[in-house]
Amino acid sequence: MKKFNPSEEVDFVVIGSGAAGGVMAKQLAQAGFSVVVMEQGNWGAYGHEQDYNKDELSNRFPTEHDMLLSDPKLQRNTFRRNASEKTMPGNHNYGCVVGGGTVTYGASSWRHLPYEFDEASRFGTMKGTGIADWPVSYAEIEPYYTQAEWEIGISGPNIKTPLIAPMSKPYPCRPLPLKSSGALIQKAAAKLNLTVTPNVAAIITEPYNGRSGCINCGACSGYGCQVKARSSSAVALLPIAVATGNCEIRVQSYVREINVDAAGRATGVTYFDKANNNREIFQKAKCVVLSANGTETPRLLLLSKSSRFPNGLANSNGIVGKYLMSGNGGGASGLFDQPLNEYKGAVTGAAVLSYVPNDVKNRGFYGGGRMTARGQMSPMQYGLAGPHGAPSWGAGYKKALIEQANRRLTMVNFISQLPVETNTVDLDPDVKDAWGLPAMRITSTSHENDFKAMQFFIDKSAEILKAAGATQVWTDQVNDSRGGAHARGTCRMGNDPKSSVVNKYHRAHDVPNLFVVDGSSFVTGGRNHPTMTISALAYRCADHLVKAAKTGNVTI
Amino acid sequence: MSDSRRNFLFKTVGASSAAWLTANWPAEVAAAEKAQAMGNFTYFSREQAGEVDAMAAQIYPTTDTPGAREAQVIYFIDLALVTFAQDKQDIYAKGLAELSTHTGGRPLGTLSPEQQIQALTAIEKTPFFRTVRDHTIMGMFAAPQHGGNFKKIGWSQIGYDDSLNFRAPFGAYDKAEGTW
Repeated sequence: MKKFNPSEEVDFVVIGSGAAGGVMAKQLAQAGFSVVVMEQGNWGAYGHEQDYNKDELSNRFPTEHDMLLSDPKLQRNTFRRNASEKTMPGNHNYGCVVGGGTVTYGASSWRHLPYEFDEASRFGTMKGTGIADWPVSYAEIEPYYTQAEWEIGISGPNIKTPLIAPMSKPYPCRPLPLKSSGALIQKAAAKLNLTVTPNVAAIITEPYNGRSGCINCGACSGYGCQVKARSSSAVALLPIAVATGNCEIRVQSYVREINVDAAGRATGVTYFDKANNNREIFQKAKCVVLSANGTETPRLLLLSKSSRFPNGLANSNGIVGKYLMSGNGGGASGLFDQPLNEYKGAVTGAAVLSYVPNDVKNRGFYGGGRMTARGQMSPMQYGLAGPHGAPSWGAGYKKALIEQANRRLTMVNFISQLPVETNTVDLDPDVKDAWGLPAMRITSTSHENDFKAMQFFIDKSAEILKAAGATQVWTDQVNDSRGGAHARGTCRMGNDPKSSVVNKYHRAHDVPNLFVVDGSSFVTGGRNHPTMTISALAYRCADHLVKAAKTGNVTI
Repeated sequence: MSDSRRNFLFKTVGASSAAWLTANWPAEVAAAEKAQAMGNFTYFSREQAGEVDAMAAQIYPTTDTPGAREAQVIYFIDLALVTFAQDKQDIYAKGLAELSTHTGGRPLGTLSPEQQIQALTAIEKTPFFRTVRDHTIMGMFAAPQHGGNFKKIGWSQIGYDDSLNFRAPFGAYDKAEGTW
């Protein structure tokens, strides 16, 4: 791997190596630019993925060296429901390894539908929300979805339905095999007239791009994939970036500030070298790309205060960190007579698409959701959660645990969440992270509309499970999100510099050579399956940035 | 194997249960005895191990199928407290002291099963009990290399196959249905 000296000015520093950072690094390096990728986490099993394994205990309690996710004890964060509430310790975490969240995610890879880009024009706005059109249309982003799907490696059904975004090219790999979850939901769909499909997943099902297909091991969501079938940034993108000889991945490098000069241009980044006593190092760069996820991205901008940007970088309008959409869910579970063995294979067994579109008139709320059927639980996880309707220990616990084992199916739903200005990521004035920097503070209460949406999907889940033949069904309580893996919206795109953080090419309105691309760019949340759109946005951003940088002026 | 080990393993199971276990799972019991005969507790004193073992045996009891004792959960916990769960040592130390106030100072395992359940119910909301509960369950279902789940007793009870890879069909309903 090429190594750069920090004092050497590189063309690009990319902060983050996940769904967006991996795309940016690859595209920029392939175009011949010098790139340093700053990754806060460690290598994981990058390049020796066979060392990932199915061991649940060590995966749940990794040593510092093996960590794949951030640790809320180190990457400390706080949470409150609203600005007048006292904060409590938060448990928000995110992918923290080369490849970011794509190393361990469930890998659902749905495109947004065309109407998820211009909801304000199509359906109008709503009081108390920041619903707005994206500055990019589905037609403009479609070629980048296709490029992302074929370069990254996505499997899915090739079905034509208005419930799936129109595609100029089919998915490169056939869908994951039918599981019992899929078979049962199909049964319900026939009775209830629902559209059910295999999940669209960044998991290859056959040899593709030099990697082998999924072996259905079942150590899926939350685990590193030992056969490289999950198309993470670490196996599908970053090795190509490194092979160009133009790209260095610098691990355990925690960026604490994006530096600017007197003219307000980014000059590089200052980071803690974790492996060397947190020594502070400055990496010089012509241009900075920030792809640190929907929560760390706004935090880093807010941490990057200077006399020119006293409220944080790219934040002259105060929008950075606002409109956080952290991911709403809720559903129901049911028990069936026969073993489903959902612990085998990929985590998501099937998707119900019928409630993706808006139907305000009939449902009484704005938005929709994609329902998924799954029952995957690893043994410890199952035992710790315990059987339904039984004591938490003793003979009754044991009896129910054994009886219910492998017979449970859960509807897990991915539901729209409206952008609300007061839902924010900012800096906690009192709490510091393990490196002495102000901790991330999440403030979030969903709009009342979204509570109706969650209740709708909980009820639908129960209906579907009953129609599928469940002998017993229990529903989740409506539970507002508290942060988590799908954070979006905190540096929203827009044409108007007064109401958005980045323009339609992800360039910060305030800083000519700073590009911000990841979930934070989202204007509205979609149906809470963000990764494919993050990747497509990054391909589009990179395409523009490469063209611009080749002219020597990234501001065009 | 030594008699003291046998005493430890079967102290509260009772002679008839022990015979029944040996008759039904001779290989498991023989292997358990052998493994324990070679092993030493790393963290617990013998007395502490007896208390925690008795707790685990109530949390995941031996019924018509083996429980925490046969799965050797105590060895999992002993190892846990010097490895990934070192930060829980204090909880155990304080918790064991509190438990003894509910047993009249007698070893938990010497009480009748009903008395044991009563004593544990009295502390079931405490961080100590919850920790032992979680550790017991982890010891049942974590991979055997971590000290518990002896001979995959836990996994076999919940129908978990730890094979490296699988081919469809996976379960009963997709088997009946075929493919997408």
